[in-house]
Order: sequence, then structure tokens, then C-alpha cells
Amino acid sequence: MSSLASLRQAKRNDWCLINSLRILASVTALVGVLITVFVLKEALPALQSIGMLRFFGDDAWYPLEGQFNLVPILLGTVLTALGGVAIATPLGLLSALFCQFYAPNILASSYQRLLELLAGIPSVVYGFWGLVVLVPKINQLHPPGQSLLAGILILSLMILPTVALLSTASLGDVPKAYLQGADALSLSRWTTLTRLVIPTARSGLITAIILATGRALGETMAVLMVCGNVVQIPNSVFDPVRSLAANIALEMAYATTDHRSVLFISGLVLLALVGLLVMMASVLGSEEREKTRGI
Amino acid sequence: MLSYHTNTDPDSVEVSPLIDVQQLRLRYGSHMAFEQVSLPIYAGQITAIVGPSGCGKSSFLSCLNRMSDLVPDCHVDGQIHLAGTDILHPNTDTLLLRRRVGMIFQRPNPFPLSIWENLALPLREHGNIKRNRLAETIETVLRDVGLWSEVKDRLRQSALTLSGGQQQRLCIARALVLQPEILLLDEPCSALDPIASGIVEDLIVRLRPRYTQVVITHNLAQASRIADQVGMFWVQNSVGRLIEFGTAQQIFASPNHELTAAYISGGKG
Ligand SMILES: Nc1ncnc2c1ncn2[C@@H]1O[C@H](COP(=O)(O)OP(=O)(O)OP(=O)(O)O)[C@@H](O)[C@H]1O
Ligand SMILES: [Mg+2]
Repeated sequence: MSSLASLRQAKRNDWCLINSLRILASVTALVGVLITVFVLKEALPALQSIGMLRFFGDDAWYPLEGQFNLVPILLGTVLTALGGVAIATPLGLLSALFCQFYAPNILASSYQRLLELLAGIPSVVYGFWGLVVLVPKINQLHPPGQSLLAGILILSLMILPTVALLSTASLGDVPKAYLQGADALSLSRWTTLTRLVIPTARSGLITAIILATGRALGETMAVLMVCGNVVQIPNSVFDPVRSLAANIALEMAYATTDHRSVLFISGLVLLALVGLLVMMASVLGSEEREKTRGI
Repeated sequence: MLSYHTNTDPDSVEVSPLIDVQQLRLRYGSHMAFEQVSLPIYAGQITAIVGPSGCGKSSFLSCLNRMSDLVPDCHVDGQIHLAGTDILHPNTDTLLLRRRVGMIFQRPNPFPLSIWENLALPLREHGNIKRNRLAETIETVLRDVGLWSEVKDRLRQSALTLSGGQQQRLCIARALVLQPEILLLDEPCSALDPIASGIVEDLIVRLRPRYTQVVITHNLAQASRIADQVGMFWVQNSVGRLIEFGTAQQIFASPNHELTAAYISGGKG
């Protein structure tokens, strides 16, 4: 085959590859857009007939009597998620640092396998374990047991693998040349980690935390099983709460007309929360890039 | 200060080497990288290590400051005496050793910090240096590497904004702030364009005889320009060996080993 022909062949292959990638990417994007549009469309009747304000101003959440105060549910969602993140982040980060820079190889790799296993356990199993083991323990401490605390603990356990595995990956991406340079200058581990490794891996670490938060916000089954699902603003961590996702799961079976539409608003709020997180991530990420370009 | 490098008369009194390598060998797992390497490194001189790719030059260099420790499954046997102390002894404090023996890598590896911080970080790490002394030392080393006039107005900028040659000189400056006695340079010019390479080469020559330098280079012309002593590595039976060691004059004018002669005349490798 002449070189010209083979060049033409290569060009044709390139064309095929690029266009099939284009199509796949647009399908993915389209699915995302369609879901959002669908949720919006389903939520619209309630937005029009009830109005945005009543979701924050109504007396309580009695959807069958036309009372739609979402604030306690929103708060329940945010509190469980933040609580879970607050526990899982330091644990996940520290264990990732330990695995990458201190632990002997065998320990690090077996811990890694364990995390992968944890990440693969279905959430209903976590919820079940929480219900039969964790909740009775909390009940002994302070009844009723099904509570904000139980939700926080279960969520922290569930997102720990996400935080730890993603942080480990981004710590592993720190260029070896920096570490070699630091070793050749006999910098201490502490300096190397705090001044070189963590700043370099920062945007990856932030992404890890944000993805974990997203997972915690949307987690349904386990939270539904251990949180008690009472719609109220909790006075302490021992009070039961209900999350947005659990709210949808609990009521969708019998919701009609406005009520159904309001559930879609729950979904919309959840989407908005996650969207906010993603925006935060990209803002923080771009700040990071500004920084490496030089101050 | 006595500078040995001017002393190339073979009949002169034997000076004892600053670093004395005896029967050194290194293996990665079961793969022997090099063996039976014995050579002296004289104070204030530039010792060039030359040889084809994969003959163990970098591995050899990494033994001199025990960076070899950091490679899993890397085993080093033999003796390396630095002014009487055994570098390879398990009780040797590698942190202290690496302050005495600085290292510069093939690819410039400044930290992703400002130019100033690249130099201040190791300084602060080793002893509580006062603020005005810090500025002084940083200016001194930057002048030493000829970078001061180029960067004095942008010390707070990221070091990654420098050109490759400037980055490499910054890395040399970073090694110099710890006031090492010895500098190990692993192909310091090979990632640079010819002009930047020339500047770094001049710098290496200027640092003699204040520092004892061991330079790996693929560039024989460069070795002949800068080196006082030359060690020639070669792969024999897939194991690296030092096939010849001597003064630059002797190696380039009348090599003893036929492989060295062939390599120098460009016939091989
Ligand atoms: N970390 C490592 N693990 C296993 N083998 C290694 C490692 N580093 C080097 N080697 C092997 O040891 C031998 C010597 O490598 P070394 O890097 O010292 O050669 P070199 O002379 O520096 O080559 P070059 O001129 O290409 O840099 C090679 O066969 C190489 O494959
Ligand atoms: Mg090498």
C-alpha cells in the first residue's frame, strides 16, 4: 500500500473515531438535560399553583392537607450529609496520606482492597446493618435510636471509601520528581506533605470531598432505614429526621396531583444542591489553576 | 584553598580521595545493574561518568547519597567512604548525608512554589535561619548560579514560569543553599536546548573547585571540556562495569581499553 493511501486510511479512521466520540458525548449530555427538563416540567404545576414561597413558609409538611413546608426536610438532608462528610473527610484523607506515604506496602494494598469492597456494598445492606446494630446502640444511649446521628454515622461509613479512594488517587498523581527533589534535599515528611504534596493534590482532594457530599445528599435507602423519617427540625442529634430523597421514596406510592408535583420539587431541590456543589468544585478548581500559573 | 584539579601531573604526590568507592555493586531484585565498581572522587574536581544508556550510571550516582534506599527492592553492596565515614553503613544518617551530598536531576524539578520559596523551604527546614540572613543567602546562591539578574524582580512568581535552563539553575541553587560539599548531577543538560545547556555547563565549571562534582553526561565533548577525571561504564554480559577510570587527558588522549577508544572515537554507542 502506498504511503498516501495509508495516510488517507488513517485520516478516515480518525474521522470515524472523532465523530463516534462526539455522538456518545452528546447522548450523555442530552440524557442529563432531558432528566432536568422532565423534573422541571413535572414540578411546574406545583410551582404555579402553590408558589415557591409556601415551601418555605407553610406551617408544616402535611401534603394531603395542602401544607408543604420543605424546610425541615431540606435541613434534615443537609445536616445528615454534612455530618457524614465531616466525619468521613478527615478519616479518608488521613488514611490516604498514611497509605501513600507511611504504611508498608502490604498494609496499604490490603486497606485499599477493603475500601474497594466497602464501596461495592449496596446501600440497603448498610441500612440494614444500621437498623439492627447501630440504631439499638444509639437507642440505649438516648431513645428512640432512629435519628440524625444514625444517619450521619451510616453516611460517613458509606462515603468513606469514596473520599479515601479518590484522595489516594490524587495523591498518587503528585509528580514523583517533587518527591525525589524533596528527598534529595532531606526535607522532612511533614514539610513534603504539607508544602508540596497536599497543595499539588488540592483540587483532586476537593473533588473527592465534593463527590462524596453529592453521594451523601442523594443517598436514599440507608438514610430512610435509620433516620426515623419524622418531618421536624431536630433539636439534637438523637432526634429523627427525614431527607429529601427519603421523602420522595416514602410518598411517591400514594402521591397524586399537587402532592406528586411537590415531590418532584424535592427532586429539583436535590438537583440544585448537587449543581451548587459542582459549581463550587469548578470555581475552586479554576482558582487552583490560577495559582499554579504563578503569583 | 588548595585546589587539586590544577594538579594533573601524574608524578605528583597521591592525594587521598574525598570519596572512595570500593567494590560497589547494585541490584534491582535479581537484576544486577552494575558490579565491581571501584573509583576515587577527588575533592574540588569534576568527575564525569560516561557510558552508553542502561549501563548503571544513574544507579551508581544514587548510591553516593543513598537515594538508592528509596527504590524498593534495590540492594547495594560494597563500601563508599566519604572522608572516612562509611556512607553505606546502616547507621549512617541519610538526612545529614544528603545535606552534604546534593543532587540535581536530569529533568529540572523545581517545586510548584515561588522562586523564593523553592530556596527558602530547604533553608528553613535545616536550622532556624533569621529573616535577613534568609534573603542574603538566597541572593548569594542566585548570584552563584547566575540567575539573580534574571529573576530578582520576580522572586514571588511561580518557579514553573521559568524556562527549562533557568529551572535547572534554580535546582542547582536549591541544592547549594544547604552548603553541600558534593554535588551529584545526573545528565543536568540533556533536557535543555544547546544555549541553556552551555550556560549550565559554564556554571558547573564555575562551581569548581568550591564543590566536588560528579557529573553524568552523554555528551563526550562536554565531558572532555569540563572533567578532571572520567569514569567509563560499559555493559558486559548485561551487567554494568567500570571499564576505565583516569584523568580526562589520559582517557581522551590515550585510552587503555579498546571499548573506551571506540566509544570516544564515535565508533560505538
Ligand atoms: N528502579 C529500577 N528498578 C529496576 N531496574 C532498574 C531501576 N532503575 C534502573 N534499572 C535498571 O538498571 C540498569 C541501569 O539503569 P540506570 O538508570 O542506572 O542506567 P543509566 O546508565 O543511567 O542509563 P541512562 O543513560 O539511559 O540514564 C538498567 O538495566 C535499568 O533497566
Ligand atoms: Mg540515567
